[in-house]
Amino acid sequence: MPSASSPTPAGAEPAISLRNVSKWFGPVQALDDVGIDVARGEFLCLIGASGCGKSTLLNLVAGLDRPTAGSVTVTVERPTLLFQEAALFPWLTARGNVEVALKLRKVPRRQRRAEAERLLATVRLQGFEHRRPHELSGGMRQRVALARALAQQPQLLLMDEPFGALDAMTRDVLHDELERLWQETGLTVVFVTHNVREAVRLGDRVALLSSRPGRVVQEQRVDIARPRRIESHDVADLAATLTDRLREEVRRHGDR
Amino acid sequence: MATDELSLARLESGLDALELGEPRPTTRGARIWAATWPKLVAIGIVLLVWQVVVWSGWRPTYVFPGPAPTFSRLWRDLLHGTLLDAMLVTMRRAFGDFAVALVIGVVLGVAVARSRVLRSGIGSMVTGLQTMPSIAWFPLALLLFQSSSERAVLFVVVLGAAPSVANGIVGGVDHIPPILLRAGKVLGARGFASLRHVVLPAALPSFVSGLKQGWAFAWRSLLAGELLVTIGHVNSLGSRLNFAREQADAEGLLATMVVIFVIGVVADALIFGRLELVVRRRYGLVDTASA
Repeated sequence: MPSASSPTPAGAEPAISLRNVSKWFGPVQALDDVGIDVARGEFLCLIGASGCGKSTLLNLVAGLDRPTAGSVTVTVERPTLLFQEAALFPWLTARGNVEVALKLRKVPRRQRRAEAERLLATVRLQGFEHRRPHELSGGMRQRVALARALAQQPQLLLMDEPFGALDAMTRDVLHDELERLWQETGLTVVFVTHNVREAVRLGDRVALLSSRPGRVVQEQRVDIARPRRIESHDVADLAATLTDRLREEVRRHGDR
Repeated sequence: MATDELSLARLESGLDALELGEPRPTTRGARIWAATWPKLVAIGIVLLVWQVVVWSGWRPTYVFPGPAPTFSRLWRDLLHGTLLDAMLVTMRRAFGDFAVALVIGVVLGVAVARSRVLRSGIGSMVTGLQTMPSIAWFPLALLLFQSSSERAVLFVVVLGAAPSVANGIVGGVDHIPPILLRAGKVLGARGFASLRHVVLPAALPSFVSGLKQGWAFAWRSLLAGELLVTIGHVNSLGSRLNFAREQADAEGLLATMVVIFVIGVVADALIFGRLELVVRRRYGLVDTASA
């Protein structure tokens, strides 16, 4: 079971390894010499202000884009990506959305239905299989998206501010839910957020990125025992420290 | 731990229940009545205005008869005359020609939507075609298809309807939210799988709107054609209009116009409008509380 252990035990091959990664979009540099490893089964949170290249970084790891320089090595199978929007197909029911992922993974037709229902049950959406996305709440849509992602049998879950558009209470519940699923499946998770408390609540480790261009300026292990609460003092204290550091980074841009 | 799990599950279903709200208790009958009565009132008002104009004596009744003689004439023509035959001829042409326009429009639309070269080349021309009044094509069509005026009408109907259908597809593909394409890519949908599972279903609402618009163009073009081109003296709705005017048969003229109007409304609202509503509702594009 993954816990708040050290990121990369000696000898173990990391799930993700970024070496001297830079990314340019025309004249704009999004990432500058980023180097970071993510251990198998680790929960890594990336935080940073606007323009820190968080989404760019995820796209590189997901294989949706290539770095301008440096190398991105992913040793785990089937990375999948979750966005801030659930990005469900509106013409399909909750179950249909999960079934598409199964179909694209070439799961035989006869098994798809039961498998989709099982996956929806793991995000506690039994009874909502026949609802269409517009008939679900924002939090439920994100859970369907999570079930759809799990249908790909990923070993790596990349999340791009997935709970950014949700109200605080729903978000807290989804934190619990995500933590539980992660502990049950042993997935490697890279979770991007601009919410420092959320990062500390969830991550084994938090990496802080500078902005324009994005660069890893600090890595912080989170040694707070799970299950955690976002309201706890330990989480709040560490979040405060990291927020100060983040603000320092942001101030540098005002001085220029 | 087990109690934590249980309380999390309960918390979650509680939030779900609160977010989704209560379903509105309306019966099917009540909804149909709510949608129908304004239309009935509108029809009543039109008939009343018509009758008032006739009563005012603005034109003699042999030029402009009232609703009562028109509808009794309509009834007689339907039962004993050749109106039903004319309706069948015109509707057969309408659906046949529209089907041809549909096939051509779909092929054209998919081609333009998928190919960048075709798009910059003929994409804007397709839209330009729509601004050309279909009746302006008839003289050319008659020259081109001297041997068959039936084909001349088909030519004009296709020119009128196919661009709308094609534009529906192109517009639908253009306006797919990029996030859905990304989601498809992340799920591993590439090439044909992407077309089948993401692009085409996402473009469906716009395609259906294109169908509806294409039908309206086809129906107008067809009637214009039937008025202008007397096809081998075949009895059709358009030729009846011409014939009635030549005979100064105002009742017959108005009776035929009522039929043309009713067919147009039925096809537009009940077939294509209904289809559009069903699709848009499925896709969550209409507010179900108001529709």
